Amino acid sequence: MQFSFTAEQEEFRSVLRRFLEEKSPPTVVRRLMQTEAGWERRAWLGLNETLGLSAVHIPEAYGGQGFGPVELGIVLEEMGRALLCAPYFASTVLAATAILNAASEAQKRALLPDIASGETVATLAFTEPNGSWDAACVGTTATPGGGGFRLDGVKSFVPDGHTADLIVVLARRPGSAGEEGLSFFTVPADAAGLTRRALTVLDPTRKLARLEFHGVEATLLGEEGGAAAPFARTMVLAAVGLANEMVGGADKLRQSALDYANLRVQFGRSIASFQSMKHKQADMLVDVELAKSAAYAAASAAAEDDPALPALASLAKATASEAYLQTAIHTIQIHGGIGFTWDNDTHLWFKRAKSSEVFLGDATYHRELMMRAWNE
Amino acid sequence: MSEATEASVRADVRAWLEANWDPELGLVAWRNRLIDSGWGVPSWPKAWFGRELPMALEMVVEEEMQRLGAVGVAKTGIRRLAAATLLVHGSDAQKERFLRRSLTGEDTWCQLFSEPGSGSDLAGAMTRAEFKGNRWVINGQKVWTTSAHHADWGLLLARTDWDKPKHQGLSYFVLDIHQPGVTVQPLRQMNGHASFNQVFFTDAEVPPENLVSEVGRGWAVATTTLMHERRGADGISRWGRASAGVGRVYDEERAETATVMEPYKWYPQRAGRVDLIVQRARETGAFEDPVVRQEIAKLLCLSKSAEWTARRARAAQMQGRPQGPEGSLGKLISSHVARAAARVHTLISGADAMLSGADGAMEGVIAEILVSVPAGSIAGGTDEIQRNIISERVLGMPKEPRTDNDRPFRDVPKNLVV
Repeated sequence: MQFSFTAEQEEFRSVLRRFLEEKSPPTVVRRLMQTEAGWERRAWLGLNETLGLSAVHIPEAYGGQGFGPVELGIVLEEMGRALLCAPYFASTVLAATAILNAASEAQKRALLPDIASGETVATLAFTEPNGSWDAACVGTTATPGGGGFRLDGVKSFVPDGHTADLIVVLARRPGSAGEEGLSFFTVPADAAGLTRRALTVLDPTRKLARLEFHGVEATLLGEEGGAAAPFARTMVLAAVGLANEMVGGADKLRQSALDYANLRVQFGRSIASFQSMKHKQADMLVDVELAKSAAYAAASAAAEDDPALPALASLAKATASEAYLQTAIHTIQIHGGIGFTWDNDTHLWFKRAKSSEVFLGDATYHRELMMRAWNE
Repeated sequence: MSEATEASVRADVRAWLEANWDPELGLVAWRNRLIDSGWGVPSWPKAWFGRELPMALEMVVEEEMQRLGAVGVAKTGIRRLAAATLLVHGSDAQKERFLRRSLTGEDTWCQLFSEPGSGSDLAGAMTRAEFKGNRWVINGQKVWTTSAHHADWGLLLARTDWDKPKHQGLSYFVLDIHQPGVTVQPLRQMNGHASFNQVFFTDAEVPPENLVSEVGRGWAVATTTLMHERRGADGISRWGRASAGVGRVYDEERAETATVMEPYKWYPQRAGRVDLIVQRARETGAFEDPVVRQEIAKLLCLSKSAEWTARRARAAQMQGRPQGPEGSLGKLISSHVARAAARVHTLISGADAMLSGADGAMEGVIAEILVSVPAGSIAGGTDEIQRNIISERVLGMPKEPRTDNDRPFRDVPKNLVV
């Protein structure tokens, strides 16, 4: 396992941090979060033209940059820090990874280059209104007929599902149960029988949608009935990615709380000189650094295809989930009254912290996954 | 001469070891040979047994020593701190007299800093040193002194001026433990062991040549000792392991380690024994209890993250890069791990958590964890002091306003000590 970043990786991070500070300041976040789409195509394409971000972990053979999970983790950490409003997690992390894991060679060549360039924004629709992150709970059916498949069912909590151009759907053979009979399909956004609705979300910087499928014509992606394993691998990498995104947000909050404490004067002295503040800040640093260590270790394990990866991914997700939310709660508290106002930016990250804590499974869920992986 | 590189150092030390390493030598004889070669303490100055190698190359030397199973200089116990402190602040005569015998292990040391009235606030020491005639005369009491019962020398922090502000009235001495004015009494801890001592001074004497640095500079010298103590805080398990080799030098090293490590025998329990958790939980069936399982998982998340945080700090150090904040968090994090582990261990025990000794889980080891863990968050800088250090030195937050620094120590409020 790699416990430090290379000089090139550090340089990449600092270029990216400056870029995102410029492109995604809180004013831009606030403007975009109030739109229904939640992101802008012009800015999204700019993101990819300049730094090739949406291509980062896609192999060069499919128009990508050919970097690995560690670089993807760096990108996500910096995006989480900047609270970037973009369909990055949906398209690059979830959809592209699912396609890489499941699709045939010809399908990868057909689909991935446009996702890598950002021309196509894709998402992965796997969760349903029951809110389970477990593939066994998928109820959407794919009925064969006429040389293709027709999808029926409801997907929910689909990131950027109302704006994506291409939807990768996890569905099952009618009559199948559990991990059997699961397949991936692709559906274009304008498919007949598909209804999409943006959900009202807690965290407006990451939009979620509900998608209803009524006899929607769909193209099989990869092997019929063979999606369980590639889906599981996709979830593992997504958990690693989200953990890295979360530690970026947590670190940003921690720093903002520190900056505020240094500015604020009460009782004739900087509140940063009170031990109650100093000790809280020290504890916040511990929480964030522990979560970073777990997120970095998981990304490194993913890069090396470590057999312990599923356990480490869940460990990182669970740790980041608790650290991010706890840091957000402390940050509001340190800001005092101003921290409870809409004008202060803390609540933007607080809402992302809560939403990310739940997304892909909360800490309790991932601790159980980790224990099962550990048991083997 | 060309710059030392990893390859050149590796080749040089390997060649020297192949020509000189002899497990049939006596421990002191071998260490003297090693010290004379400069490979014993390669990061030290050339004038004092070293080669002035950077930290990263010192690790290369260590690797080569381990590869051959060669025994190193004495690094165990307080003698390591004594050597590091005297190297920086000692006079040439003191270095001449003490360094070599500390490195060979012939001299054993203890640290006389903490007092009943000054724990976290070490600079509030009230043990007195008065210059009378031709010597310093010491009166007072120290506490939490590891190994005082078999030490030859003590690193003593004592007050020489009560009219100066607290930090400026301290001086640092090397005190001979074997004298009538020094009484060492064991101190029994809540876990039943007596690993520390109380040391009483009644007109104990220190000759003037054993003052380290200058009168009134004791705090600066003590800071050096404490810095090395913190740096080595996680090293006990490492230096507490003697080689398993065959030969006279190994036998003598094992005997030395056994003596030095005796007070630390419960330290693995102090750290919480996370290593025992999963196996015990499987044996007792607690592993299948969903509530206990979550608690175990939380602990494993914490302990693995702690381990990786330490690895990140070490990786930065190895690359010669400045450590990030992760390098200063280890002590506080290890307290969290230990506390969490003690809690989960007793959760796994269920009703057996009420038992100890032969009736307790794992012949009392689990109970010993519970009653040893509190030491970790107190000794060597409490969690609260660690948080002050992290917030001030890592995060750059201001110090709390103080009322004890700008007036004669005589006038500073103190604990009532009987």
